[in-house]
Amino acid sequence: MAVSSSDVLIGQGRPNAAGLRRDQLFERWTLLALTAPALLLVLITMIIPVGWLFWLSFLADDGSLSLEHYRRMIEQPSYGRTFLITFEVSLLTTAICIMLGYPLAYVLSQLPRRIANLCMIAVLLPFWTSLLVRTYAWLVLLQRQGLINAWGINLGLWDEPLALVHNLNGTLIGMVHIMLPFLILPVYGNMRALDRDLLKAAANLGASPTRAFWLVFFPLTLPGLLAGTLIVFILCLGFYVTPAVLGGGKVIMVSNRIANDIELFFNWGAASALGVVLLILTLLFIALAARLVRLDRMLGGGPG
Amino acid sequence: MSWLDEPASETQIPHRSRLWLYVLAALVLTFLVVPTLIVVPMSFSGSQYLEFPPRQWSLRWYESYFASSSWMQATVTSFKAGALTSLVATPLGTMAAYGIFLSRSRWTVLLYVILITPIIVPVILVGIAVFYAYVRLSLVNTLIGIVLAHSMLAIPIVMLIVTSALKSFDMNQELVARSLGANRLKAFLSVTLPQIRFAVITSAILAFLTSFDEVIVAMFVSGGENSTLTRNMFTALRDQIDPTIASISTIMIVVSSLLLAVSQFFGRSRKD
Repeated sequence: MAVSSSDVLIGQGRPNAAGLRRDQLFERWTLLALTAPALLLVLITMIIPVGWLFWLSFLADDGSLSLEHYRRMIEQPSYGRTFLITFEVSLLTTAICIMLGYPLAYVLSQLPRRIANLCMIAVLLPFWTSLLVRTYAWLVLLQRQGLINAWGINLGLWDEPLALVHNLNGTLIGMVHIMLPFLILPVYGNMRALDRDLLKAAANLGASPTRAFWLVFFPLTLPGLLAGTLIVFILCLGFYVTPAVLGGGKVIMVSNRIANDIELFFNWGAASALGVVLLILTLLFIALAARLVRLDRMLGGGPG
Repeated sequence: MSWLDEPASETQIPHRSRLWLYVLAALVLTFLVVPTLIVVPMSFSGSQYLEFPPRQWSLRWYESYFASSSWMQATVTSFKAGALTSLVATPLGTMAAYGIFLSRSRWTVLLYVILITPIIVPVILVGIAVFYAYVRLSLVNTLIGIVLAHSMLAIPIVMLIVTSALKSFDMNQELVARSLGANRLKAFLSVTLPQIRFAVITSAILAFLTSFDEVIVAMFVSGGENSTLTRNMFTALRDQIDPTIASISTIMIVVSSLLLAVSQFFGRSRKD
């Protein structure tokens, strides 16, 4: 077993230089070799197949090189609608998450630690339950004879059962439910970390509570809010399960269209081209996010 | 002077002026928790449809779950896939995290980015890519295929958790062990690993859950007798609302909560 360079650095003369260099090289390659099995797995099951699909998206049905699949995406209005609805759903989900998540994070950040931590369990609970289970729960609650409609009619809030699911409403409710923790966590962390004496100073200098909030507190929470907003939006772009189940075939986002192309039409070229566009969109927004906020604030794992 | 008139925060706003905020916060918390948990009592409903609160309690939906051989087979597949994914992804991810963390080669950034891609690329693209590859490798509908794909998805999660644990670990301890004659493997196993074991256990649990909860990749590459639970649930959900799924959901909530409790237990003992 070779001895590592750092063990024998002191008190050695020149004669050992070659040996040291050899050991260092050996050390470096041993460390890099440790990543080999994981690398191999990711390459074989993902990178290479994705590259393959990338190539496939530039092939016409007869096997010749062409931009047919991309051209169709521009020419057929149905593709435009798919992208439009994807952005619409993602933007609406993000906006609702901000409106619900920011106030909750604000209240939590002012509670005593112990109580706030207890409430944070409630925020994190959805993280720990299967996406499918939560989607199913909403399906049960929102259907025509579901709990929400039954209660609403019993309480006299509305007369006819509302169409809450198998449409855009259901999709939005389900997606907001899944995405809220991703917004709350960075915002809450940001709010906890900022210096509250600044607010005291503002009040001391005569600012009304509203003024102090908008002029001092809110701008200081923007980094967390931006990080949360971007991660929610990026994750929304690739959603599949929730629109598939709660959208009832009416909300076809890019992911759903890709799956349909494969499952119903076996059209690998079209599916790949859409996949490539979706990937590029995602990467563009990640690059934008990387410029705007510290990325480590965003990396916290994600659902599907 | 009542509580309502006391200042609520540093801005000196009284509680009275922001009662709406408390109501909104309580509603959002309810929104986050209740829908998931309400499935639990509903799964014990005795009637044909799911009710809340159930007019009569029964275990009929659990009976129909345990009596169904296809649901049972899917459950076994899911547990097997989860356990094997955990067994594959945890060591692979830990090794990779350790290697990347310690080596100062300029390739490490590239390596890190490659290994983290499974959580960056949209899952649907991963799904069809894996499917495309598996058709050629004859891995469609096999357990090993599911395990490999799920391990690929879990590796970034393991790496993120283990790397953050390594950052707070003092590597000089390993150098000491090695200067005392231990080789790198022995130094890692007897000095480093025991100190980052909570992160490793947490990542093993998350790797299990990643596989156990995964829908989209499983939808493409699992099938036949190797269908996973989530795949069958998803297919069933697209057709009609089968109350049996409420009982399965309850069981999945219990599994996740138990694992959460285990990881919390380990996480807490780190602080003591």
